[in-house]
Amino acid sequence: MNNIIEIENLHFSYKNDYDENAPAKEVLKGIDLKIKKGEFVAVLGHNGCGKSTLAKHLNGILTATSGKVIVAGIDAADEEKLFELRQHAGMVFQNPDNQIVSSIVEEDVAFALENLGVAPDEIRRRVDEALKEVRMYDYRTHSPSQLSGGQKQRVAIAGIIAMRPDCIILDEPTAMLDPQGRKEVMKTIRRLNREHGITIILITHYMDEASRCDRVIVMDKGKVVLDDTPKEVFSHVELLKNIGLDVPQTTELVYLLKQSGIELDGHIISEDECVDALAELLKNKGA
Amino acid sequence: MLKDITIGQFFPGTSLIHRLDPRFKLIITLIFLIMLFVGDSPIGLVIGAVFTFLSIALSKIKPKLFFKSIKPILPFLIITALLNLFFITGGDVLFKWRFITITTGGIKTSVFMIARIILLISGSSLLTYTTSPIALTDAIERLLSPLKKLKFPVHELAMMMTIALRFIPTLIEETDKIISAQKARGAEISTGSLAARARNIVSILVPLFISSFRRAEELATAMECRCYNGGEGRTRLRQLKSSMCDYIALAVTLLFLAAVIIVNIIF
Repeated sequence: MNNIIEIENLHFSYKNDYDENAPAKEVLKGIDLKIKKGEFVAVLGHNGCGKSTLAKHLNGILTATSGKVIVAGIDAADEEKLFELRQHAGMVFQNPDNQIVSSIVEEDVAFALENLGVAPDEIRRRVDEALKEVRMYDYRTHSPSQLSGGQKQRVAIAGIIAMRPDCIILDEPTAMLDPQGRKEVMKTIRRLNREHGITIILITHYMDEASRCDRVIVMDKGKVVLDDTPKEVFSHVELLKNIGLDVPQTTELVYLLKQSGIELDGHIISEDECVDALAELLKNKGA
Repeated sequence: MLKDITIGQFFPGTSLIHRLDPRFKLIITLIFLIMLFVGDSPIGLVIGAVFTFLSIALSKIKPKLFFKSIKPILPFLIITALLNLFFITGGDVLFKWRFITITTGGIKTSVFMIARIILLISGSSLLTYTTSPIALTDAIERLLSPLKKLKFPVHELAMMMTIALRFIPTLIEETDKIISAQKARGAEISTGSLAARARNIVSILVPLFISSFRRAEELATAMECRCYNGGEGRTRLRQLKSSMCDYIALAVTLLFLAAVIIVNIIF
């Protein structure tokens, strides 16, 4: 099996808890998605487009109103296999403070393993391993309140990788961090993907983070509107702007140049590529 | 400013007392309390005092800290002493003026009471000074675990304590932020009349409550994502292991208790 995640025609509506007669609000309107093992996927979309709701379907926090979600061969609607599913698909949230349970770093990392009934020696080994993986081993006896945001988020990631998941879903993990913390967390995520082949699904607001993924999925109003490599996705500048998203600065520059009549390759996303293209352009002009 | 509050007042160390199994420490503290209240004679009390001072010496914690822990209850101590002095009668009358009578019995009881309370506070402070709150929570969970059979939610209680300990610094920081935000909007929190300040506390508590509920919801989801399913079938990273030292400490404590009881019977 090559696909770790298979989603077929997923619909989801929030029921109104206070008024049974009120119409349910449809958040996901038919999503089809296949994600391969080891892929690094970014999900973009402005607030309320359903990207967090989609993420919550991947490990059984929410269950589909209709449609099918299969993660690592497990049907997400199967309540009996809920814990198995959650071991395969770990989830990291935006606010690191609200996902750390214990006041000692290593005990927090051990939390999931304790819940799963893993033997203490094995917990010890896996906790140490996970903390070294996120470069937080030296802080194992600290209290989370002594750590910076980026460090706390890395502890939260360690708590997930201790379960040895195949897939990690990160819901805007860098949104509350300073630039330094963002860099640390992104580096950690990228390393997990490259060195351990863990499938990463990164929900984000930051275009520069998305531009460095293998694949970018753009959502709008509960539907997938674009699903391609970053180069292809960011070449649709107008579509992205229409649904209220930004594009990476380089793409924006190329787009503006194009509008004023200067043709550059529309697939440029990295700064180096952009500098090269501009240098080329100036050289040709000069000649 | 709020950040300076110490919680649990734990002073990390490696002394013998620090290294004792927290379960044994809890039990020893309980026996110590019994020891103090069983001791009816001066010798019994002296034995209790010796036990306290010995433990404090072994913990290598500065005695100054124990005076600090007694300080807040000084008014209570003085009132207790005075009440005992005036209202307990017995023995010879030493002094009589109108309705005030001071007897040797009264003096004896009030001296006993003060000594007992001081020893009690010092002894139990020693427990929190040398045991981290999380270790204490662990010990309580394990000691109470037989109550699970009676459907008492031991694990849930311990989990609540763990989470509360975890979020105290977070909420303090948040309170600080809210106070600053409200002050920036002109709320009188550290100034103004007492009534105005009391009213303004509401403007701190409401946002704090709302954010706490939001935190609770997010934390619950995060815990579920990490397969939390109550205490059933749970293992622990940290295993509490009792060593020879723990049993010896317990035996010594029991010896002290026995000494107090024997002294009681003889005198």
